[in-house]
Amino acid sequence: MSQPRIRVPRRAKKGEVIEIKTLISHPMETGHRRDTQGALIPRQIIHTFTCTYNGEEVFRADWHPAVAANPYLTFYTVATESGRLRFAWIDDDGTVYATEADITVV
Amino acid sequence: MQGIPGRGQCWAAVLAAVLACSMMGAGIGLLTAGEPQRYRVEGRRSGYTYLSAENQQLQDDDFANPGLLWVEQGEKLWHQADGATGMACASCHGDPAESMRGVRTRYPRFDPRRGKLINLEQQINRCRQERLQARPYPHESEALLGLAAFVSAQSRGLPIDVRIDGPAAPFFEAGKAFYFRRRGQLDLACYHCHDRLAGQRLRGDVVSQGQINGFPVYRHTWQTLGSTHRMFAWCNVSVRAEAYPYGADEYVNIELFVAWRGRGLPVETPAIRR
Repeated sequence: MSQPRIRVPRRAKKGEVIEIKTLISHPMETGHRRDTQGALIPRQIIHTFTCTYNGEEVFRADWHPAVAANPYLTFYTVATESGRLRFAWIDDDGTVYATEADITVV
Repeated sequence: MQGIPGRGQCWAAVLAAVLACSMMGAGIGLLTAGEPQRYRVEGRRSGYTYLSAENQQLQDDDFANPGLLWVEQGEKLWHQADGATGMACASCHGDPAESMRGVRTRYPRFDPRRGKLINLEQQINRCRQERLQARPYPHESEALLGLAAFVSAQSRGLPIDVRIDGPAAPFFEAGKAFYFRRRGQLDLACYHCHDRLAGQRLRGDVVSQGQINGFPVYRHTWQTLGSTHRMFAWCNVSVRAEAYPYGADEYVNIELFVAWRGRGLPVETPAIRR
């Protein structure tokens, strides 16, 4: 299902440090587990997360197999101007789960 | 991780970042843990009271609680037409906040047509088969967990109130007998750990009373949502006993007994458990 959830303040003062929360459903299969037949379950994780603010990257994270399922992430950035934040989670299979949010800076 | 805002062009600088995966407990510290009294009724203690402060915060946080991913999924399914009739749950039941409020507190209940108990998951599947003429969801499928969590969440905060009299009585007694019967190579009954030793440590963990008011729960051990039957099966295997299949009558019976044992505790779905 890999459904992302995000929480971004709708409005912020210019220069304010804003908190951004993200959560996405994903099994984060490590590639080290075996199924009931003893065969390795292939690795499938989200290996990269990025956040861009009006096109400029403000946050990036590389994830590895030790990150738990359904990864939750909180980070901060500075509200500089009104615009759009775009979030992307990149899966091992190449799928990009994307979502976005608008913020008004006063 | 810390950075310093750059001069000049770099006008959107990251100040500080905190990475917390769900395993580490995602409490942000903005929300205080729920008042403990709600989770205790006359000596009966919800599993919530055995959690660390971080896990309590995770459960109370309406954003970070990963169980809400399933509740959201369930809400979509609630409105989604399916089966030969082209109907959805919403076609008959309307506004779930009204029609499903309190439903979770009454299950499992006696079902006259089957002549035995029926639990919430089985009721959802029966509705699908009879009303929507759709295929039942498999046990522990994302869809069934999602719908069960969504329906249960409508009763959040209401006290568990199952009926054990009348036609339900023999099934309640069967569930009770199951609870007190020794099983497996370790020769333990549910009672031994969850009554006699509740609150004490089992290796690195604290044994809880085994209450089910928060199910389906997001369990860190599983890294996913799970039903009461998955938990019963897990416990059975842990005492080196053979587990019953999900949906077995034995598990529905003990589900009624354990629900009654936690009567009055509030529905917490989707709860966080270790």
